Amino acid sequence: MKALVFERSLARFAAARVAGSWAPGGGARVGPLHLADVDPPELPGPGWRRITPLLSGICGSDLATVDGRSSRYFEPIVSFPFVPGHELVGHLEDQPSARVVIEPVLGCEARGIFPPCEACAVGDTGGCRHVAFGHLKPGLQTGFCADTGGGWSSSLVAHESQIHPVPEGLSDDDAVMVEPTACGVHAALAAGPVSDATVAVLGSGTLGLTTLAALRRLALPGHLISSAKYPEQRRWARELGADEVVAPDGIARAVRRSTRSLAAGRVLTGGADVVVDCVGSAESIATAVAVVRPRGRVVLAGMPGVVRLDLTPLWHREVQLVGAYAYGVEHLPGRPADTASDPDLPDPGRSGSLPRTFHLALELVAEAGLGRLVGARYPLDRFTEALTHAAEAGRRGTVKVVFDLRPETRRPAWRNA
Amino acid sequence: MSPRPGYVLEVDRSTPPLLMWHGESFRLERFPSGSRVVYPPEPLKPIEDPDAAIRAALENPLGDSAPLSALLRPGMRLTIAFDDVSLPLPPMRAPDVRQRVIEAVLDAAAAAGVDDVVLVAALALHRRMTEPELRHALGNRVYDAFAPHGLLTQHDAEDPDNLVHLGLTDAGEDVEINKRAATSDLVVYVNINLVAMDGGHKSVATGLASYRSLRHHHNVHTMVHSRSFMDQEHSELHSSNWRMGRMIAASGVKVFQIETTLNNNAFPDPFSFLSRREWEWSLRDRAGYLAASASLERTPDRIRRSIFHSMRAPMGLTSVQAGEVEAVHASTTANVYRQQLVPVEGQTDILTMGLPYICPYNVNSIMNPILVMCLGLGYFFNLYRGRPLVRPGGVLILSHPTPWAFDPVFHPSYIDFFEQVLAETTDPLEIEAKYEESFATDPWYVHLYRTGHAYHGVHPFYMWYWGAHALDHLGRVIIVGGDQAAVRRLGFRSASTLTDALEMAEDVVGRDPTITHIHNPPLFMADVT
Repeated sequence: MKALVFERSLARFAAARVAGSWAPGGGARVGPLHLADVDPPELPGPGWRRITPLLSGICGSDLATVDGRSSRYFEPIVSFPFVPGHELVGHLEDQPSARVVIEPVLGCEARGIFPPCEACAVGDTGGCRHVAFGHLKPGLQTGFCADTGGGWSSSLVAHESQIHPVPEGLSDDDAVMVEPTACGVHAALAAGPVSDATVAVLGSGTLGLTTLAALRRLALPGHLISSAKYPEQRRWARELGADEVVAPDGIARAVRRSTRSLAAGRVLTGGADVVVDCVGSAESIATAVAVVRPRGRVVLAGMPGVVRLDLTPLWHREVQLVGAYAYGVEHLPGRPADTASDPDLPDPGRSGSLPRTFHLALELVAEAGLGRLVGARYPLDRFTEALTHAAEAGRRGTVKVVFDLRPETRRPAWRNA
Repeated sequence: MSPRPGYVLEVDRSTPPLLMWHGESFRLERFPSGSRVVYPPEPLKPIEDPDAAIRAALENPLGDSAPLSALLRPGMRLTIAFDDVSLPLPPMRAPDVRQRVIEAVLDAAAAAGVDDVVLVAALALHRRMTEPELRHALGNRVYDAFAPHGLLTQHDAEDPDNLVHLGLTDAGEDVEINKRAATSDLVVYVNINLVAMDGGHKSVATGLASYRSLRHHHNVHTMVHSRSFMDQEHSELHSSNWRMGRMIAASGVKVFQIETTLNNNAFPDPFSFLSRREWEWSLRDRAGYLAASASLERTPDRIRRSIFHSMRAPMGLTSVQAGEVEAVHASTTANVYRQQLVPVEGQTDILTMGLPYICPYNVNSIMNPILVMCLGLGYFFNLYRGRPLVRPGGVLILSHPTPWAFDPVFHPSYIDFFEQVLAETTDPLEIEAKYEESFATDPWYVHLYRTGHAYHGVHPFYMWYWGAHALDHLGRVIIVGGDQAAVRRLGFRSASTLTDALEMAEDVVGRDPTITHIHNPPLFMADVT
């Protein structure tokens, strides 16, 4: 089968880092990623199914990997060679009519670990304590594990615990947005109770926009400010629920004004109750810490890597800095966990009494029409173009770039990139 | 020889290229044959002995006022309010006329044994003046006598302890003014009347008022219904100020108004070509233009700005009148018209104007894009009596670099207005309804206005409202040579040359439009029939 394979090669990794620093996405041409004919992954055991991807998205973390920018933190929890691609809609290989999305986190159940860890026991797979263990090679997610394959190919395997059926009404574009939307949902709910609060979301790429949509529909903040660099991003941010959209360098002014804060030099005396950083750069984290109010919360949703940061304001203002990775189960604001559902009724979208992030994301994608964010589709063999486009998506007026792995007959030709 | 009146030139093949201001520079532009160019009148001859004229005015008041000396007595509270840094433009050569007048008033007060005297800069919601600006306006003698003792103050429209609510006008307008002035036995207001809008009851009712009071006439409705706000007979702004002024008088506040007019001798010698008609340029004028253009082109922005803002106008006093407010202002207005009025027949399809480096709100600072809008669509567009120079649905072409640049000390709320409010809408009514209050009451802007040198938080709104009548009237606004992003943010079109702009205008007004260029400044007012 055709697949984009990421090999372990320090020389190529270094080349990708240099090329990626020159031109975002440039690592695809010289780095460890290449298109190859490989054998489909073996089914690791019972409960595993073979998936044929239809659309597979390119995520910010994929781009960081391709351009050699990802943190060495990941080294022990990924296994090579791997096929990237964790945002995908596909169908079960033996049931072409059964479209599914997969929840990529490889938790205890997928790893054959029993009893599961405390986190997986309550469905919080994003917090799995066994991420590099069990009968699978290390890999925090599908798309970073040598045993599972990934979405940038024509076949991969997924455990039944990862598989969610796609409702009839959702298009392929909607479905491929479910995973990034789940990240947005998780980030939005990591903000905590925010009703009547001022929330600032930094960045209006895919994660920023899905976070905005989730905040607007699930968390109900009082005032929602978004920063967006490009005109199309500004348009989307407004459409998805931001009350105010400003340029990245205008966020401090916007927060100051909307919270009626004073400013001592460049330091706000007040600030936003919560800031969700969907960029993950040193600059954005510094901004987040600078514009959050004393004792406020900064949610780090964008993957940061190694950054240099002055933590004095964090210390002085007693700011909480919390990460928001992936998904699992969620506590919805204003809804006590024990009354969220009837435990006697089976509900595939719930783990125990809490809704699964993916289930909320499926609803949100449909409600907000997030499939519209898919702006460009590429066949696998044009992967360098696809990755370059994804790396420059904002500037080129695109939000989400995907690989289109559907047979010709299933592709709407007019919508190809 | 008496100065020549204003002049309307019809451009023909022999007309040389015409000078157009372009911010901190200027350019020569050729206009199509048949275009009209309106030139200001030449400067009126100034009064030879201004100090004697001032003393005479104080002792020979107009209206039902007694002479100043008769109003002064020992033990009284005297407040002398004066116009701020926004007048005159450019700042005049020392001694400033305010200095002359205030020294004369202080001499009279001293002679009468008045001890309790306080000076107040009538800022309204403008920025506080700096020490050098106050020294320039008042002279060192006055500054050193009053400032060290806390007797030279600047009106604070946000100081609840120093404001008095005098009541409501018949139209329900709050009248709230400076407490020191309201509780004085006499307020002497010292005015410089540069344009017909200034002075009269506006001096106290606006200059010493609070936001609560100002909002009754500094709003979109008033501006759209002031046609123009430079024409007292048809100005809702004027009417509102007059209602308030009469209410102030009725509540017992005694105002002795001193108004002055200046001639339009606006530019000093090296730049005197700016005031001349191009076909009359001497060899010296041509050399001056070439030398100034060439050196300005090579000068960094900051230095160029400082060169222009250090320019002092050799303006001369053309009249001074004192006494009862309305009688004084009637005489002042006649003197303003004597210098500025130019009869113009008929409206035009396209009106062009070059905007200079300065307007009332960027003295010693940057002319930011909002002020470009205000100067073009607020001030210059409204310098008419009768009808606007440009027809309804016509096109206004401005020439200015319109940089996306702001002075963070003087104009902090302008930055947010430009980047946040104008990013959403340019509609004055929507802006007023949705955003004004939050800016006006923003504690940070209030703090900067009261303690720094910032214009009040609401000030950029007023600048935008100032152009509301023009926005309502015009079919399109084009800015030549402006920063494209900034021009777009203003909601206007951008053109790189005047020729391009004229072509773009044809989309709106059709082919072979009539074109009128106003050769301004020096300032003039078109009397359009």
